[in-house]
Amino acid sequence: MNDQPTQDLQQTPLHALHVELGGKMVAFAGYDMPVQYPAGIMDEHLHTRSAASLFDVSHMGQAFLHGEDAAKALETLLPGDIQGLAVGRTRYTVFTNDHGGILDDLMVTNLGDRLFLVVNAACKDADFAHMERHLGDRAKLEILEDRALIALQGPNASDVLTRLNADARTMPFMSSTEMDLNGVVAFVTRSGYTGEDGYEISVAGRDAETLARTLLEDADVAPAGLGARDTLRLEAGLCLYGNDIDETTTPIEAGLSWVLGKRRREEGGFPGADVILEHLSSGTERKRVGIRPDGKAPARAHTVIEDTDGNTIGEITSGGFGPSVGGPVAMGYVAAAHAEPGTPVNLMVRGKALPGRVHRLAFVDQRYYKP
Amino acid sequence: MSMKYTKEHEWVRVEGDTAVIGISDYAQSQLGEIVFIELPDTGKTLARGDEACVIESVKAASEVYAPASGDVSETNGDLDTDPGKVNEDATGEGWLFKLSLSDASELDDLMDEAAYKAYVEELG
Repeated sequence: MNDQPTQDLQQTPLHALHVELGGKMVAFAGYDMPVQYPAGIMDEHLHTRSAASLFDVSHMGQAFLHGEDAAKALETLLPGDIQGLAVGRTRYTVFTNDHGGILDDLMVTNLGDRLFLVVNAACKDADFAHMERHLGDRAKLEILEDRALIALQGPNASDVLTRLNADARTMPFMSSTEMDLNGVVAFVTRSGYTGEDGYEISVAGRDAETLARTLLEDADVAPAGLGARDTLRLEAGLCLYGNDIDETTTPIEAGLSWVLGKRRREEGGFPGADVILEHLSSGTERKRVGIRPDGKAPARAHTVIEDTDGNTIGEITSGGFGPSVGGPVAMGYVAAAHAEPGTPVNLMVRGKALPGRVHRLAFVDQRYYKP
Repeated sequence: MSMKYTKEHEWVRVEGDTAVIGISDYAQSQLGEIVFIELPDTGKTLARGDEACVIESVKAASEVYAPASGDVSETNGDLDTDPGKVNEDATGEGWLFKLSLSDASELDDLMDEAAYKAYVEELG
């Protein structure tokens, strides 16, 4: 149940619609958000994998970064190649600290005359303060308080959005463009957090409900809450900040070495570069892996992982039931020697050792758009 | 005897010296889709308030407590293959386990149907 009194919680521009749709509202990152609708997490999850779902992710932080040197300045806070990001392209990256840990993960889009950033709801205040403190005069941060963000995810997402604007069809994965959606000016990125094809659509808060209703009128689209968002991303092997990555995990331990731009690997110049580049060249003591419990019992976050001799080798960071897998799935960190898929492990759930195996990070095939 | 309820949303139906125990319909609706139930071992002795089983929904793991003291005499084995029975019929086919009661008077202060209904309504 909610620990936080509802009146202290912020609401997104779609709050009234969630309530109207029968959303079960819970406190999340200071917002009153739908964890599920009457269909339930299982159906919402499966609908996303078979058709298309609409998620309200307006609680996430959106901002522009202005200035001729904005990309160069931003690179002092993260290891991604932002200067090399073409106009209209989006990149996943992470803010790092001086120890090589991760302060947040985020999406950066090059809009040509400025950068567009999307950061996690729980981290946004800290992220924006961090940027303002460190970027100083080199770039100007414009926090977009009045914008909503709607994720449309699933194999039919492209059909749905193309019915509103034909430009949606052939947008490359991780590209961004402005488009008119039934009279609403939207900034659309082909990306998501489910492992499926889909879009994240940024619109003015006042237009959010109109657009959401338009999308929900499409027979392919059903609303989905934060519960399904979590099971979908877990099956897809995607990190949840605060669970699977945090200030104590480096991008290399987390299996995110691909966020390091080639030029950045050579030049360094980002917080924690010494630690991160050392991890990259020498390997890490632990690695993020998928874990598939053999039985039916889920192994949830903080479950201790042992090897078959009873030695502690790691910990689950996210775990639960995977509706598309039809059984429990998890991810966590294990000692590098045990990180190979197929390695048998024991999961210590309520004092019992439940057998499981290391698995590749994704439990479902990622089905991002390829032309 | 009719059903009695605990504040933790378990129900109890006494049949002779045996109590049949499950979770209320309100509880199952709050948990959401149930995917796994860890039932107690038959023969296990439970004191009132002990953790008796764990119900795993898609969302989270929740404990079920023994509403009275006794020995576990039977568990609902159907739930191993079909835990969703608790969602479908929480107060019938979705029963969890049976206890041979050591002191039936421990059940005296549980809520009856009307009191439990009022209790749930208060929770909103």
